[in-house]
Amino acid sequence: MRMTMVALVDRHLLGERVKAVLAYVPSAVFPAIIFPGIFINDYGTFIEMNDPKIFGAIVAILVGYFSRNVIATIISGLFSYWIIIFLL
Amino acid sequence: MLSKKQIFTKGILAVAPHMFSVIPFGIVCGAIGIELGFSPILVYAMSIIIFGGASQIVFLQLLSGGASALIAVTSVGVINSRHLLYGAVLSEYLEKLSFIKKLLISYLVVDQGFAESNKFFQKNKNETHLHYHLLGSGGTLWICWQISTLAGIILGSFVPEELGLKFAVPLTFIAIVVQDIKKLDHVIVMITCGLSSLLFFDAPFKSYIIISPIIALFVAALVLRLKK
Repeated sequence: MRMTMVALVDRHLLGERVKAVLAYVPSAVFPAIIFPGIFINDYGTFIEMNDPKIFGAIVAILVGYFSRNVIATIISGLFSYWIIIFLL
Repeated sequence: MLSKKQIFTKGILAVAPHMFSVIPFGIVCGAIGIELGFSPILVYAMSIIIFGGASQIVFLQLLSGGASALIAVTSVGVINSRHLLYGAVLSEYLEKLSFIKKLLISYLVVDQGFAESNKFFQKNKNETHLHYHLLGSGGTLWICWQISTLAGIILGSFVPEELGLKFAVPLTFIAIVVQDIKKLDHVIVMITCGLSSLLFFDAPFKSYIIISPIIALFVAALVLRLKK
C-alpha cells in the first residue's frame, strides 16, 4: 500500500490543494482511534466521567505537549492510569 | 562526488538518533499485538508486511474488535495516505531509477527515514547515488524495527492482562498528534474526527474508522477554504 504510493506517484500528480488537505491526515485519522480507546470500554458502552483512563489521557497530553517525546507520553499516561487503578 | 558506500553510511548515521524512539516504540507495538490476543507469528508477520508502528497497531486493534479485513486494510491505507506526499517529494530525486528499484526503496521509506533523507537530498541535489541514502536510513530503521518488535512480542507474553496495556493504544496516538493541538485548524479537525468516531462507533464492520476521517478531511478542506 505504502509502496505503491511512493513508487507510483509523480511529482506533478498532486495539486497544491490536495497536498494542503493531506497535511491534515494525522489529525483527521488518529482521533478515531484515540476517542473510542478512551471513552468506550471493552463492552462497547461509554465510560463514566471519573474513569482513570480520562485522567491518564490528560496526563499524557500534558507530558506529550511539553516533552515532545513519544515514549515519555505513553509511559506517563500508563503510569498515571496504573496509580489510580492499583493504589487508589 | 560521494561514493555509494559513503552515501549509504551517511544514511545510517542520519537515523541513528531516532533509535531512542524507534526501539521502545517497537517494543510497545510488539507487546500490544500480543495483548490484543494475536499469535506471536501473526504479530511478527505484521512487522514484515506492514512495517509501520501506527498502522500495525490499528490493523490488529480493528481485527481484534471484530472489523472485517477490508475495513482494516482500508484504514491502514487512509493512515498511510501521507506517503502520497512523501512520494511526490521523493520522485524528484528518484526519477531515473527503474520501477523495481523504486518499489524496493518505497518499502523501506518510513517517516523518520523520509525526514532525514529528504534533508540530505535538499543539500546534495547534484549527487548521482542519492537513493543509497534512503537505503541506509530505511534499512537501519527496518532492522531495528524487526528486532524491537520481536523483543516486544516476547515481553508481551509475560505481561498480565490486569495491567490494561491496551490503553497504550490511544496513548500512542495522542503522542503522535499532540504537537498539533497548538494549531486551531488541526484541533477543529481532530475534534470532528473524535466526535464522529464516538457517534458512529456502532456502525457495522467498525466502519467508524473510515467514516470519521472522511468527515474530518471534508471539514479540513472547508477550513482551508475559509483560511484563504
